[in-house]
Amino acid sequence: MSSRRSHSRQSGSSRITEDQIADLVSKLQRLIPELRNRHSDKVSASKVLQETCNYIRSLHKEVDDLSERLSELLASLETDSDQAAIIRSLLM
Amino acid sequence: MSSPLAEIPVASSERSRDYRRKKKKKAQVQSRDQHHSEPYNAKWKSESQQKLYSSKLVQALSQVRLGGTAAPPRGRTVREAADRALAFVAKGRTRWSRAMLMNRVKLRFRKQRRPGSASVMAALTGSSRSKKPKVRVLRLKGKNLPAVQKKVKVLGRLIPGCRKEPLPVILEEASDYIAALEMQVRAMSALARLLSSAGSSSSSGIDRISDPSPNV
Repeated sequence: MSSRRSHSRQSGSSRITEDQIADLVSKLQRLIPELRNRHSDKVSASKVLQETCNYIRSLHKEVDDLSERLSELLASLETDSDQAAIIRSLLM
Repeated sequence: MSSPLAEIPVASSERSRDYRRKKKKKAQVQSRDQHHSEPYNAKWKSESQQKLYSSKLVQALSQVRLGGTAAPPRGRTVREAADRALAFVAKGRTRWSRAMLMNRVKLRFRKQRRPGSASVMAALTGSSRSKKPKVRVLRLKGKNLPAVQKKVKVLGRLIPGCRKEPLPVILEEASDYIAALEMQVRAMSALARLLSSAGSSSSSGIDRISDPSPNV
Protein backbone atom coordinates (compact mmCIF):
# COMPACT_ATOMS: atom_id res chain seq x y z
CA MET A 1 0.00 0.00 0.00
CA SER A 2 2.89 2.33 0.70
CA SER A 3 4.20 1.69 -2.80
CA ARG A 4 0.82 2.65 -4.25
CA ARG A 5 0.83 5.84 -2.22
CA SER A 6 4.31 6.80 -3.39
CA HIS A 7 3.31 5.97 -6.96
CA SER A 8 0.30 8.24 -6.76
CA ARG A 9 2.42 11.00 -5.31
CA GLN A 10 4.86 10.65 -8.18
CA SER A 11 2.11 11.18 -10.71
CA GLY A 12 1.10 14.41 -8.92
CA SER A 13 2.42 17.86 -9.65
CA SER A 14 5.25 17.68 -7.15
CA ARG A 15 7.70 15.80 -9.39
CA ILE A 16 8.50 16.63 -12.97
CA THR A 17 10.02 13.91 -15.10
CA GLU A 18 12.50 14.42 -17.85
CA ASP A 19 9.92 13.40 -20.44
CA GLN A 20 7.74 16.28 -19.42
CA ILE A 21 10.63 18.68 -19.75
CA ALA A 22 11.54 17.26 -23.16
CA ASP A 23 7.91 17.67 -24.13
CA LEU A 24 7.91 21.32 -23.03
CA VAL A 25 11.16 21.96 -24.88
CA SER A 26 9.77 20.46 -28.08
CA LYS A 27 6.60 22.49 -27.72
CA LEU A 28 8.68 25.63 -27.33
CA GLN A 29 10.73 24.67 -30.34
CA ARG A 30 7.59 24.43 -32.45
CA LEU A 31 6.70 28.01 -31.57
CA ILE A 32 9.99 29.53 -32.69
CA PRO A 33 9.99 30.11 -36.44
CA GLU A 34 13.73 29.50 -36.80
CA LEU A 35 13.61 26.04 -35.39
CA ARG A 36 10.26 24.93 -36.71
CA ASN A 37 11.69 23.51 -39.93
CA ARG A 38 14.40 21.40 -38.42
CA HIS A 39 13.80 17.93 -37.18
CA SER A 40 13.18 17.97 -33.47
CA ASP A 41 15.73 15.28 -32.64
CA LYS A 42 18.68 17.21 -33.94
CA VAL A 43 18.09 20.33 -31.89
CA SER A 44 19.56 20.34 -28.43
CA ALA A 45 17.86 21.91 -25.45
CA SER A 46 20.59 24.52 -25.22
CA LYS A 47 19.96 25.62 -28.80
CA VAL A 48 16.21 25.81 -28.21
CA LEU A 49 16.75 27.98 -25.14
CA GLN A 50 19.18 30.24 -26.98
CA GLU A 51 16.82 30.70 -29.89
CA THR A 52 13.95 31.34 -27.49
CA CYS A 53 15.89 34.14 -25.80
CA ASN A 54 16.79 35.64 -29.16
CA TYR A 55 13.22 35.41 -30.40
CA ILE A 56 11.78 37.02 -27.28
CA ARG A 57 14.33 39.81 -27.52
CA SER A 58 13.47 40.42 -31.18
CA LEU A 59 9.75 40.45 -30.34
CA HIS A 60 10.40 42.99 -27.56
CA LYS A 61 12.30 45.17 -30.00
CA GLU A 62 9.52 44.91 -32.55
CA VAL A 63 6.95 45.95 -29.94
CA ASP A 64 9.16 48.89 -28.97
CA ASP A 65 9.47 50.00 -32.59
CA LEU A 66 5.74 49.66 -33.08
CA SER A 67 5.09 51.69 -29.93
CA GLU A 68 7.35 54.45 -31.23
CA ARG A 69 5.54 54.45 -34.53
CA LEU A 70 2.13 54.45 -32.85
CA SER A 71 3.14 57.36 -30.63
CA GLU A 72 4.24 59.30 -33.72
CA LEU A 73 1.00 58.50 -35.48
CA LEU A 74 -1.02 59.50 -32.44
CA ALA A 75 0.94 62.74 -32.28
CA SER A 76 0.03 63.40 -35.89
CA LEU A 77 -3.59 63.14 -34.84
CA GLU A 78 -3.14 66.29 -32.83
CA THR A 79 -3.42 68.32 -36.02
CA ASP A 80 -6.65 70.08 -36.73
CA SER A 81 -7.49 68.48 -40.06
CA ASP A 82 -10.97 67.10 -40.56
CA GLN A 83 -9.66 63.62 -41.04
CA ALA A 84 -7.78 63.74 -37.76
CA ALA A 85 -10.92 64.87 -35.98
CA ILE A 86 -12.86 61.94 -37.43
CA ILE A 87 -10.21 59.46 -36.37
CA ARG A 88 -10.00 61.00 -32.94
CA SER A 89 -13.73 60.70 -32.45
CA LEU A 90 -13.61 57.08 -33.58
CA LEU A 91 -10.77 56.11 -31.30
CA MET A 92 -11.70 57.98 -28.18
CA MET B 1 -11.57 14.77 -74.23
CA SER B 2 -14.78 15.52 -72.48
CA SER B 3 -14.57 12.44 -70.25
CA PRO B 4 -11.87 13.71 -67.91
CA LEU B 5 -13.76 16.98 -67.63
CA ALA B 6 -16.92 15.10 -66.78
CA GLU B 7 -15.09 13.01 -64.23
CA ILE B 8 -13.61 15.92 -62.48
CA PRO B 9 -16.71 17.35 -60.82
CA VAL B 10 -17.78 13.93 -59.60
CA ALA B 11 -14.34 13.12 -58.32
CA SER B 12 -13.95 16.49 -56.73
CA SER B 13 -17.27 16.22 -54.93
CA GLU B 14 -16.36 12.80 -53.61
CA ARG B 15 -12.94 13.97 -52.68
CA SER B 16 -14.30 17.05 -51.02
CA ARG B 17 -16.71 14.89 -49.02
CA ASP B 18 -13.89 12.63 -47.91
CA TYR B 19 -11.71 15.62 -47.24
CA ARG B 20 -14.41 17.24 -45.18
CA ARG B 21 -14.93 14.00 -43.27
CA LYS B 22 -11.22 13.64 -42.66
CA LYS B 23 -10.94 17.28 -41.74
CA LYS B 24 -13.78 16.93 -39.26
CA LYS B 25 -12.16 13.90 -37.72
CA LYS B 26 -8.82 15.60 -37.62
CA ALA B 27 -10.37 18.71 -36.15
CA GLN B 28 -12.01 16.65 -33.43
CA VAL B 29 -8.81 14.89 -32.61
CA GLN B 30 -6.88 18.10 -32.78
CA SER B 31 -9.32 19.90 -30.54
CA ARG B 32 -8.90 17.15 -27.97
CA ASP B 33 -5.12 17.38 -28.22
CA GLN B 34 -5.13 21.12 -28.38
CA HIS B 35 -6.91 21.23 -25.11
CA HIS B 36 -3.90 19.72 -23.41
CA SER B 37 -0.83 20.08 -25.55
CA GLU B 38 -1.31 23.38 -27.42
CA PRO B 39 -3.74 25.62 -25.62
CA TYR B 40 -1.47 28.64 -26.16
CA ASN B 41 -1.52 28.75 -29.94
CA ALA B 42 -5.24 28.29 -30.22
CA LYS B 43 -5.87 30.89 -27.56
CA TRP B 44 -3.63 33.62 -28.91
CA LYS B 45 -4.20 33.06 -32.59
CA SER B 46 -7.98 33.33 -32.50
CA GLU B 47 -9.40 36.40 -34.13
CA SER B 48 -11.72 37.16 -31.24
CA GLN B 49 -8.75 37.37 -28.90
CA GLN B 50 -7.04 39.82 -31.21
CA LYS B 51 -10.16 41.92 -31.54
CA LEU B 52 -10.52 41.97 -27.77
CA TYR B 53 -6.92 43.04 -27.40
CA SER B 54 -7.24 45.72 -30.07
CA SER B 55 -10.24 47.29 -28.41
CA LYS B 56 -8.50 47.17 -25.03
CA LEU B 57 -5.42 48.73 -26.60
CA VAL B 58 -7.35 51.57 -28.15
CA GLN B 59 -9.04 52.19 -24.83
CA ALA B 60 -5.69 52.30 -23.05
CA LEU B 61 -4.22 54.61 -25.68
CA SER B 62 -7.10 57.02 -25.37
CA GLN B 63 -6.63 57.05 -21.60
CA VAL B 64 -2.98 57.82 -22.16
CA ARG B 65 -3.86 60.82 -24.27
CA LEU B 66 -6.50 62.25 -22.01
CA GLY B 67 -4.98 61.49 -18.66
CA GLY B 68 -1.42 62.52 -19.44
CA THR B 69 0.23 65.84 -19.98
CA ALA B 70 -0.33 68.03 -22.99
CA ALA B 71 2.73 66.57 -24.68
CA PRO B 72 2.11 63.76 -27.18
CA PRO B 73 2.54 60.27 -25.75
CA ARG B 74 6.03 58.87 -25.94
CA GLY B 75 6.90 55.42 -27.18
CA ARG B 76 7.51 54.23 -23.64
CA THR B 77 4.00 55.18 -22.56
CA VAL B 78 2.49 53.44 -25.54
CA ARG B 79 4.53 50.33 -24.80
CA GLU B 80 3.38 50.24 -21.21
CA ALA B 81 -0.24 50.68 -22.24
CA ALA B 82 0.11 47.86 -24.78
CA ASP B 83 1.66 45.58 -22.18
CA ARG B 84 -1.05 46.37 -19.68
CA ALA B 85 -3.74 45.55 -22.24
CA LEU B 86 -1.92 42.32 -23.09
CA ALA B 87 -1.69 41.27 -19.47
CA PHE B 88 -5.35 42.08 -19.00
CA VAL B 89 -6.41 39.94 -21.93
CA ALA B 90 -4.37 37.09 -20.50
CA LYS B 91 -6.76 37.18 -17.53
CA GLY B 92 -3.92 36.77 -15.08
CA ARG B 93 -3.69 33.03 -15.52
CA THR B 94 0.03 33.09 -16.18
CA ARG B 95 2.85 34.38 -14.07
CA TRP B 96 4.06 36.94 -16.59
CA SER B 97 0.65 38.55 -16.92
CA ARG B 98 0.25 38.74 -13.14
CA ALA B 99 3.74 40.22 -12.85
CA MET B 100 2.92 42.84 -15.50
CA LEU B 101 -0.24 43.84 -13.72
CA MET B 102 1.54 43.84 -10.38
CA ASN B 103 4.24 46.23 -11.63
CA ARG B 104 1.68 48.92 -12.13
CA VAL B 105 -0.17 48.27 -8.91
CA LYS B 106 3.05 48.17 -6.92
CA LEU B 107 4.00 51.64 -8.12
CA ARG B 108 0.65 52.99 -7.07
CA PHE B 109 0.68 51.29 -3.70
CA ARG B 110 4.19 52.29 -2.81
CA LYS B 111 3.06 55.88 -2.63
CA GLN B 112 0.20 55.21 -0.25
CA ARG B 113 0.78 52.06 1.79
CA ARG B 114 2.19 48.56 1.51
CA PRO B 115 -0.33 45.75 1.56
CA GLY B 116 0.80 42.16 1.30
CA SER B 117 1.50 41.14 -2.26
CA ALA B 118 -0.48 37.96 -1.80
CA SER B 119 -3.70 39.78 -0.98
CA VAL B 120 -3.23 42.13 -3.92
CA MET B 121 -2.62 39.26 -6.29
CA ALA B 122 -5.68 37.48 -5.00
CA ALA B 123 -7.74 40.58 -5.58
CA LEU B 124 -6.38 40.88 -9.09
CA THR B 125 -6.87 37.30 -10.15
CA GLY B 126 -9.98 36.75 -8.17
CA SER B 127 -8.71 33.53 -6.69
CA SER B 128 -6.50 32.67 -3.77
CA ARG B 129 -3.91 30.82 -5.79
CA SER B 130 -1.02 32.78 -4.32
CA LYS B 131 0.77 29.76 -2.83
CA LYS B 132 3.23 28.21 -5.22
CA PRO B 133 3.43 24.42 -5.40
CA LYS B 134 6.89 23.14 -4.71
CA VAL B 135 8.40 21.67 -7.84
CA ARG B 136 11.34 19.37 -7.76
CA VAL B 137 13.20 18.39 -10.90
CA LEU B 138 14.67 14.92 -10.92
CA ARG B 139 17.29 13.30 -13.07
CA LEU B 140 17.93 15.92 -15.72
CA LYS B 141 20.28 14.12 -18.00
CA GLY B 142 22.40 16.68 -19.77
CA LYS B 143 20.21 19.51 -18.53
CA ASN B 144 22.27 20.14 -15.44
CA LEU B 145 25.03 21.58 -17.59
CA PRO B 146 26.06 25.10 -16.58
CA ALA B 147 25.48 26.34 -20.15
CA VAL B 148 21.86 25.24 -20.10
CA GLN B 149 21.36 26.57 -16.58
CA LYS B 150 22.77 29.95 -17.59
CA LYS B 151 20.45 30.14 -20.59
CA VAL B 152 17.50 29.22 -18.40
CA LYS B 153 18.41 32.07 -16.06
CA VAL B 154 18.64 34.52 -18.97
CA LEU B 155 15.27 33.36 -20.23
CA GLY B 156 13.82 33.74 -16.76
CA ARG B 157 15.00 37.34 -16.66
CA LEU B 158 13.43 38.10 -20.04
CA ILE B 159 9.99 36.90 -19.07
CA PRO B 160 8.44 39.17 -16.45
CA GLY B 161 7.87 37.52 -13.13
CA CYS B 162 9.90 34.39 -13.76
CA ARG B 163 13.26 35.16 -12.24
CA LYS B 164 13.24 32.52 -9.55
CA GLU B 165 11.10 29.88 -11.16
CA PRO B 166 12.33 26.36 -11.92
CA LEU B 167 12.90 25.09 -15.43
CA PRO B 168 9.50 23.57 -16.36
CA VAL B 169 7.65 26.67 -15.15
CA ILE B 170 9.90 28.91 -17.23
CA LEU B 171 9.39 26.76 -20.30
CA GLU B 172 5.65 26.84 -19.94
CA GLU B 173 5.54 30.59 -19.32
CA ALA B 174 7.82 31.10 -22.35
CA SER B 175 5.42 29.29 -24.68
CA ASP B 176 2.48 31.38 -23.58
CA TYR B 177 4.49 34.60 -23.51
CA ILE B 178 5.81 34.12 -27.05
CA ALA B 179 2.34 33.46 -28.43
CA ALA B 180 0.99 36.52 -26.61
CA LEU B 181 3.82 38.74 -27.88
CA GLU B 182 3.17 37.59 -31.44
CA MET B 183 -0.46 38.58 -31.09
CA GLN B 184 0.57 41.92 -29.64
CA VAL B 185 2.83 42.56 -32.64
CA ARG B 186 0.05 41.61 -35.05
CA ALA B 187 -2.51 43.86 -33.39
CA MET B 188 -0.17 46.84 -33.04
CA SER B 189 1.04 46.63 -36.65
CA ALA B 190 -2.54 46.44 -37.87
CA LEU B 191 -3.39 49.52 -35.82
CA ALA B 192 -0.33 51.33 -37.14
CA ARG B 193 -1.29 50.44 -40.72
CA LEU B 194 -4.79 51.73 -40.14
CA LEU B 195 -3.59 55.03 -38.67
CA SER B 196 -0.86 55.58 -41.25
CA SER B 197 -3.12 54.87 -44.21
CA ALA B 198 -5.78 57.16 -42.79
CA GLY B 199 -3.20 59.84 -42.11
CA SER B 200 -1.57 59.68 -45.51
CA SER B 201 -4.86 59.85 -47.36
CA SER B 202 -5.92 62.92 -45.41
CA SER B 203 -3.84 65.34 -47.46
CA SER B 204 -4.69 63.83 -50.83
CA GLY B 205 -8.26 62.63 -50.47
CA ILE B 206 -10.21 64.78 -48.07
CA ASP B 207 -8.70 68.06 -49.20
CA ARG B 208 -9.71 67.36 -52.72
CA ILE B 209 -13.25 66.67 -51.64
CA SER B 210 -13.53 69.63 -49.29
CA ASP B 211 -11.91 72.08 -51.69
CA PRO B 212 -13.39 71.52 -55.11
CA SER B 213 -11.30 73.24 -57.70
CA PRO B 214 -13.29 76.00 -59.27
CA ASN B 215 -14.01 74.91 -62.81
CA VAL B 216 -15.98 77.62 -64.39
